[in-house]
Amino acid sequence: MHSWFSFIPLILEGALVTVGLTLAGCVLALMMAFIAGLGRLSLHAPVRWLATCYIEFFRGTSIFVQLFWAYFVLPLFGLTLTPLEAGILALGLNVGAYGAEVVRGAVQSIGREQHEACRALNLTRWQGLRHVILPQALVLMLPTFCNNAIELLKATAVVSLISLSDMTFQAQVVRAQTGSTAVPFITILLLYFVMALALSRSIRGLEKRLTRGLEGVRT
Amino acid sequence: MDWSWSFVWEILPTLLEGVRVTILATLGGAVLAAVIGLALALLRRSPNKAVMRTTSFVIEFIRGTPLLVQLYFLFYVLPDAGITLGPMTAGLIGLGLHYGTYTAEVYRAGIDNVPTGQWEAAKACNLTGRQTWTQIILPQAIPPMVPALANYLIAMFKETPLLSAITVLELMNQARSVANFNYRYLEPMTLVGVFFLIISLISVSLLRLLERRLGRIG
Repeated sequence: MHSWFSFIPLILEGALVTVGLTLAGCVLALMMAFIAGLGRLSLHAPVRWLATCYIEFFRGTSIFVQLFWAYFVLPLFGLTLTPLEAGILALGLNVGAYGAEVVRGAVQSIGREQHEACRALNLTRWQGLRHVILPQALVLMLPTFCNNAIELLKATAVVSLISLSDMTFQAQVVRAQTGSTAVPFITILLLYFVMALALSRSIRGLEKRLTRGLEGVRT
Repeated sequence: MDWSWSFVWEILPTLLEGVRVTILATLGGAVLAAVIGLALALLRRSPNKAVMRTTSFVIEFIRGTPLLVQLYFLFYVLPDAGITLGPMTAGLIGLGLHYGTYTAEVYRAGIDNVPTGQWEAAKACNLTGRQTWTQIILPQAIPPMVPALANYLIAMFKETPLLSAITVLELMNQARSVANFNYRYLEPMTLVGVFFLIISLISVSLLRLLERRLGRIG
């Protein structure tokens, strides 16, 4: 038991990496989701086509394959990434592709009359999107974004396989050094669960904040 | 680095062997997930509060933690408790349990969608609880769930490379070992991506077909 306690800092160090990776991945995923999701609704065919390709490609191949490709193959094209960069890139692009479909679905589900109202007020397409459509669509996106963020958190565990010392990696280190398997793995399972709870609580809080005063207005 | 076709031909048989294992693992995991999901969905509806709460917690917990760590748990921790599983068995159980918690949600929605009138009619006809489930509720609840279940099948297929972490020789693992052996990563990694893309594009279009079919019947 004593030897286990001395390894707690190691696990916590890994937890920090996991949290950082999740946050950075979420930021990239959010950006990609809006770029590709709105890109799919673009009036210009090449933009739509490009966005569709991105989405289909990243949803069609496994996050795993993307991660290994970013880490092992990109250097051959002269782009060497650290494990952390490769992890953020693969996680962000992968989850961003799923998020893009959420953005598209939410924007499309906003009623026609809202688009017509924008036109009637002589708003440009961008103004209408920015001031009328997106504020309403964002509320619809949040629950699914919450699930996506948890998926991203869980996907961070795979970066341990490209030697990034996240929580899962550190648990393996502890296992190798102490020979104790149950304690490190149960600890990180609990930590992941707590992180997932914290993520979903905070996004639900955000949702409540954004819908304040809208009760009964939305149909 | 230049692409070498002769190397591609050389490693293709090994990779195809990996594809076979990947598909087997996906199908095996899917069957387990379908069964476990149904069991979890039924347990969650149990009138016994303790059973219901425990099931809900287990579902939440499994959904909130990474599959990779669960696989490590099954493969490295259980032997300490005297349960030693082979890599493939541990992998199948891991996939089945993890995705079972997702399919449980699908079953729940499907069961809730059966109109209350059906339950009342079953009661009026004096059917036993078992008869109500097997003859009235599930036959109506399951067909509309098929597209959602198939979606998880495809998602699971894309998670099978995780099994390589517990030494199952599936597609990813085969590709990594040939890549390490020959010190060439471009072709094996790209081919793995191509295989995944092809299989998932085919299965997505099959799924669309299935959805249209079910839509026509319903």
